[in-house]
Amino acid sequence: MALFDQKIQDQLKQVLGQMKERVNLVFVTQEFECGSCSDTRQFVEEITGLSDKLSLTVYDFQKDGDKVKSYGVDKIPAIVLLDADNKDRGIRFYGLPGGYEINSFMQSILEVSGHGEELPVGIKDRIGKIKKDIHIQVFVSLGCPYCPNAVSTAHRLALENDKITADMVEASTFPHLANKYNVSGVPKIIINETHELTGAHPVAGFLDEIEKI
Amino acid sequence: MDFNLSLGAFNDTKQFVSMDPSVVYDIIILGGGPAGLTAAVYCMRKGLKTGIIIRDLGGQVAETAGVENYMGYRYISGVELVDKFQGQVQEFSIGFETGATVQSLEGGPVKKIHLEDGRLFQAKAVIVTTGKSWRRLGVPGEKEFTGRGVAYCTTCDAPFFAGKKVVVVGGGNSGIEAAIDLARVATHVTIVQFLDTLTGDKILIERLNEFSNVDIIYEHEVTEIKGDASVNTVVVRKRKSGAGKDINADGIFVEIGLIPNSGFLKGTVELNEAGEISIDCACRTSVPGIFAAGDVTSVPFKQIIIAAGEGAKAALSACDYVLKGE
Repeated sequence: MALFDQKIQDQLKQVLGQMKERVNLVFVTQEFECGSCSDTRQFVEEITGLSDKLSLTVYDFQKDGDKVKSYGVDKIPAIVLLDADNKDRGIRFYGLPGGYEINSFMQSILEVSGHGEELPVGIKDRIGKIKKDIHIQVFVSLGCPYCPNAVSTAHRLALENDKITADMVEASTFPHLANKYNVSGVPKIIINETHELTGAHPVAGFLDEIEKI
Repeated sequence: MDFNLSLGAFNDTKQFVSMDPSVVYDIIILGGGPAGLTAAVYCMRKGLKTGIIIRDLGGQVAETAGVENYMGYRYISGVELVDKFQGQVQEFSIGFETGATVQSLEGGPVKKIHLEDGRLFQAKAVIVTTGKSWRRLGVPGEKEFTGRGVAYCTTCDAPFFAGKKVVVVGGGNSGIEAAIDLARVATHVTIVQFLDTLTGDKILIERLNEFSNVDIIYEHEVTEIKGDASVNTVVVRKRKSGAGKDINADGIFVEIGLIPNSGFLKGTVELNEAGEISIDCACRTSVPGIFAAGDVTSVPFKQIIIAAGEGAKAALSACDYVLKGE
C-alpha cells in the first residue's frame, strides 16, 4: 500500500514544483531490511516518483561500505541529500521523516535545490566564521510540532558552511542513541557530543552554542 | 503513517516583503495566530500600509491536533487551518517578519517596536495579538530538568516515558488528555490536582476512568522537582495541612493552563490581574493607537473563532484611528 494518499501526493508535488536544480537522494539500507528501513525505502521511492528533479541512489550499509563511510553514515535507515553536482551538503535524515517531520524534509530538499530565503547578513557572517568541524544531531519525535523548525535550522547551517553537518535523528528508531544522550524531551540538539540545547531555538541560539565550542 | 504537511509554509512567498525599518507603517500587527492573521487581512483590504511581526506562525492553533468548532469546517487539523489563514494573508503584499520576538513597545504618535534582535520598527497604530504560552509551575527544579523529565508537550514527549512512571500536573481538559495519552505507554500515571475535583469535560473523565494505572491526588500542589541526571522525585504538598510527600517519578508533564504573552507591555498598557491586556468593546487598550485582540486580552472565552472575530474588530478600530484619528 502506498504511504502517500492522493491528496498528500498532490500537495507534495506542488511543493516539489518549486525546486530549482536537481537534488539526489542517497538512501542507505541493508539487504535484510529492518522494519523502519523498508518503510523509509518506500518513502524515498515514492517521493522520488513525484518530481523529475529528484533522483535516488540506494546503497547497502555492508556491501557499499566505502561509499557509505565517505558520507559518514553510521546507522540506518539514512537519507543524505546531494545537490545537482552530487556534492554532499552535510544534510542527513536518520529514520523516516514522517508526521510533522515531512516539513523539514521538504524544506531541506527545496533549500538544497537552491530555493530558499536569504539569511540576514549578520547571521550569515556568523555562520561563515565557523572554522571548526561541527556536528549537530537534532533528536525528534514525529508527533512534535516544534521539531521540524529545529531540524531545518540545523540543516540550513550545514548548507551555509561546509564545516557543519546536521542530522535529524528520529528518537524511537534509534533508542540506544536517545538513551545515550538522555533524550526525554524533543527537540533535543546535541552539538559535537559536548554541547546541547533543549527545545526550539532560533538560528542565533544555535550559533551562540556553537561559538562556545 | 500520517504526514502533517504545512502546505502554507511552502506557498510561493513572493507576495511577502521584508519589513522596512526606515518606514513608518500605518499599522503593525504583533503576533501570527488567528487574531493577528485576521487583522492582517482586514488592514490590507482597507489599503493601509501594514506589517506583521510573528514569532510562531499559527500560535496555539498550529499545535492543535484537530479543530471541530471553527465554522465552515466540521473537522480540520490545526496545521491545515493555519495554512488556510496564511494563504488568505498571502493574497496581499504585506510586510512580514517571522521568527522575530518583540522586546518592548513605546506609545506616542509614532509607536516604536523594539525587537530582541535589535531592530526597530515604527507605526502609527499597533495591534497586539501575541496570544498565550504554556504556564510553568515556577518551582525549584522545573527549569533545570526541562527536557530531562519535565515536559509540556505530550504528543512530542510521551513516547520517551514508555514503561516509566510519570506525574501529570493539572486536572483540566489538557491535563486529562495528557494523562490518557501517557496511561497508554507509561506503567503508572499520577495526576496532581490543585482542586478537590477534576475540572475537565465529562467525556474525557469517563475515558480516563477506563485506565487502571492512573491515580489522582486531589488538593495537592507540586513544590519541587528533584533528580540527578534526570527527574526521579516530584515533591507535593497537601494544600490544607501543608503535609509534604515524595512521588517517585521519571517524568512530570505540566498542564496547568496558559499565561498571556504580555510581559513586553508591562508599564506601557494596562493589564488585568491575570496579566491580560485590558481592552474595551472596540479592542482599544489604555494607550491611544494601541489595540489588542485574541487570547492575550481580557476578552472572555479563548476560542479560535473568537480570536479571529476580535482580530477583525481590532483591525477596523485601528483603521479608524489611522484614517479618521478616532
